[in-house]
Amino acid sequence: MSAEQESIFIGIEIEEPAASDPELARKLEEVCPVSIFEATDSGTEIIASRLDECVLCGLCVEAAPAGAVTIVKKYEG
Amino acid sequence: MSILIDADTTFIVQGITGREAVNLTRECLDYGSKVVGGVTPGRKGREVHGVPVFDTVEQAVENHGGPIDGSVVTVPPGFTKDAVIEALANGIRLVVVVTERIPRGDVAEMVEYADRVGARIIGPNCLGLIAPGLCKMGGIGGPAADAAKAYEPGVVGVMSRSGGMTTEISSTLTAAGLGVSTAISIGGDAIIGSTYAELMPFFEADQETQAIVIYSEPGGRMEAQLAEWVAANDSRLPIVAFMAGKFMDDEEMKGMSFGHAGTIVEGKEDSATEKIARLQEAGITVVERIDEIPEAVKEGIGR
Amino acid sequence: MRFYEYEARKIVELAGIPVTEYGFCRTPEEARAAAEKIDGPTVVKSQVLTGGRMKAGGVQFADTPDEAATHAETILGLEINGHMPRGVLVDPKAEVKQEYYAGVVWDGTAKKPLMLFSDMGGIDIEQVAEEHPDHVGRGHISNLDPVFDFQAKQVIARTGVTGSQLTRATPILARLAELFREKDMLLAEINPLAELTDGRFVALDAHMEMEGEAVGRQAKLLREELEIAEDDTRESYEPSDFERRVKEIDASDHRGVIQGKDHNFDGNLGLVIGAGGGSLTLTDAVRSQGGKPANYSEIGGNPSVAKACGLAREVLQKDGVEKIAVMMSIVSNTRVDIVARGVIKACLELGLDPSETIAVFRIPGAWEEEGAKILDYYGVEYYDRSVSLWDAAGRAVEKVQG
Repeated sequence: MSAEQESIFIGIEIEEPAASDPELARKLEEVCPVSIFEATDSGTEIIASRLDECVLCGLCVEAAPAGAVTIVKKYEG
Repeated sequence: MSILIDADTTFIVQGITGREAVNLTRECLDYGSKVVGGVTPGRKGREVHGVPVFDTVEQAVENHGGPIDGSVVTVPPGFTKDAVIEALANGIRLVVVVTERIPRGDVAEMVEYADRVGARIIGPNCLGLIAPGLCKMGGIGGPAADAAKAYEPGVVGVMSRSGGMTTEISSTLTAAGLGVSTAISIGGDAIIGSTYAELMPFFEADQETQAIVIYSEPGGRMEAQLAEWVAANDSRLPIVAFMAGKFMDDEEMKGMSFGHAGTIVEGKEDSATEKIARLQEAGITVVERIDEIPEAVKEGIGR
Repeated sequence: MRFYEYEARKIVELAGIPVTEYGFCRTPEEARAAAEKIDGPTVVKSQVLTGGRMKAGGVQFADTPDEAATHAETILGLEINGHMPRGVLVDPKAEVKQEYYAGVVWDGTAKKPLMLFSDMGGIDIEQVAEEHPDHVGRGHISNLDPVFDFQAKQVIARTGVTGSQLTRATPILARLAELFREKDMLLAEINPLAELTDGRFVALDAHMEMEGEAVGRQAKLLREELEIAEDDTRESYEPSDFERRVKEIDASDHRGVIQGKDHNFDGNLGLVIGAGGGSLTLTDAVRSQGGKPANYSEIGGNPSVAKACGLAREVLQKDGVEKIAVMMSIVSNTRVDIVARGVIKACLELGLDPSETIAVFRIPGAWEEEGAKILDYYGVEYYDRSVSLWDAAGRAVEKVQG
């Protein structure tokens, strides 16, 4: 995902096929308190400019099937 | 042991469904405080972290089946006066007002009402109070684990015009092994429910409290009032004061407000330098640095 | 919020207190017309939000409308204490028998409004209180009960005033007390309150200040009656570009609060500090240890990364700023990691090395472990609660000066 390059601290990865699931996209858009996700017809779009606002609440990870969404802290390792 | 609150204190949260109030309720419950209800008009029947929500204070009291001791009010400024008086009219005798930016006419009205019914208001624009290990009433100290880290039970009563500095000071007292009997964030506005001098008799009557620490700022007469109280009452408690905002003494800073609403130098008496002189005249130790507080307290109580 | 004299007079008039037939004028022609209407000797007064206008030549007497116009022209171009007048007030020159003072202020200790009255009007009430305490009457009013006329009467009678003067002044002080409460004033003064040769009492000058927090609910008075524009906030000084930009950043997002001031600050150490009490304490600690703050600031209420970043960027871009110190007292709501991200992002966006630019980062409390990881990664000097505010400030001063 090219958009991710713009963030400094936080990256979010969504595995296929979850990333193309419109149902999950709607859920992610709803749970994220800082509006990182946008639901589109083709699935979830990550708004890169919002990534650094992530508060690490983990609601997106919980909303998705196990292992489908990963939060990457770029300042670790 | 503590003043105003203890392990048995029951309270409600008015405006409990608001974002900050939900956090505050979680923090207080985790700390072991007895939050027995919440009020948000139109939201009766809901729950916030297991606490039942009601439309009115009357319903909360009815549900509790007896008098409720206190209330934490965190509703928008335009609704605060009514919420506080609603609590007082329903028998609540300790009200912590968290809300900021309430016109002082409204504050004065609720304080006069509280006086008439023999109740006490803490705040507005405050984080509440904490009796370490017993009860946390308000957002003071933050999440339960953080509050426990900064506040250990002990011998010092803390009163502060700044919520954040209440925790900073208490943390140094805890680290020095002195601990805190009760810490009160009294609020940063020009008119508040309880001033230092008005709270002193409670600490005076509390046998566990051996010393007092106050955090003060420019603006208002609160420190002068404390100095007068000390001069008029033969208090057993040594007092250590820290005065912030000395930079506001500069001529160019006159008439400007920094920090809290009440922090504005208007007269001759309310600058930092004047206040320090007044407090010292009354025999109060004024320290220049927060980290000097524990030593000054130890000296005061002869440890 | 402060008011011009012509507005304060209007407020007094709306409360049912008698005033002379004054005219607010923006041009010499308007002043001439006002003086013609008055049809007698007039006083032309500068309308500025500052004291000392008499001394500065901002008050002139005129016998004819032409003279009033000439004075108006002079006064309209006269700067007083750095303020240009908004206009002039043309007032009939009153035939005064005696001047009184009537005022209402807050008594913060009693937490009630305090009525003040003196039979020595026209001069500063503080001076009268100091030199002639027996000429000042005082009395509180309740915040809950109505204002009773007898309360005003008592206050006036305490100065020894009696006869028709007492009965005429009583309702004026009572109405002033009512307006003080109803209009959320911090100060309501009529000085002088004049007894004219015909026995009437009129307000010759009035001074009003409204509480900032009440401006919203007094919209009817401010916008409709006085026609004051919403952006006419009457700050005591002109905000700087830095202050304006920080305010804009703060308003752009509802999460958390940032504030910045740099009025009379011009040092080399930028301060990204918080919150209310912590900022005061830290600014003192920097100055007491020989540091030169470039600004004052406050972070509170858990701001977004963008907001913390915005504040840091503005501070870093101020002229003369070499490094910033990011310091707060123990936080329980604001998150350490979010502020850390914000200030580091500001450095990176400006092409600066965070480890060089951030002299110290001392914020203990909520999410401090996460914050420490970020700061470690970028090599920023980080302190927890075991390092005092004083020592953290001292370290920042040492680094910016070393």
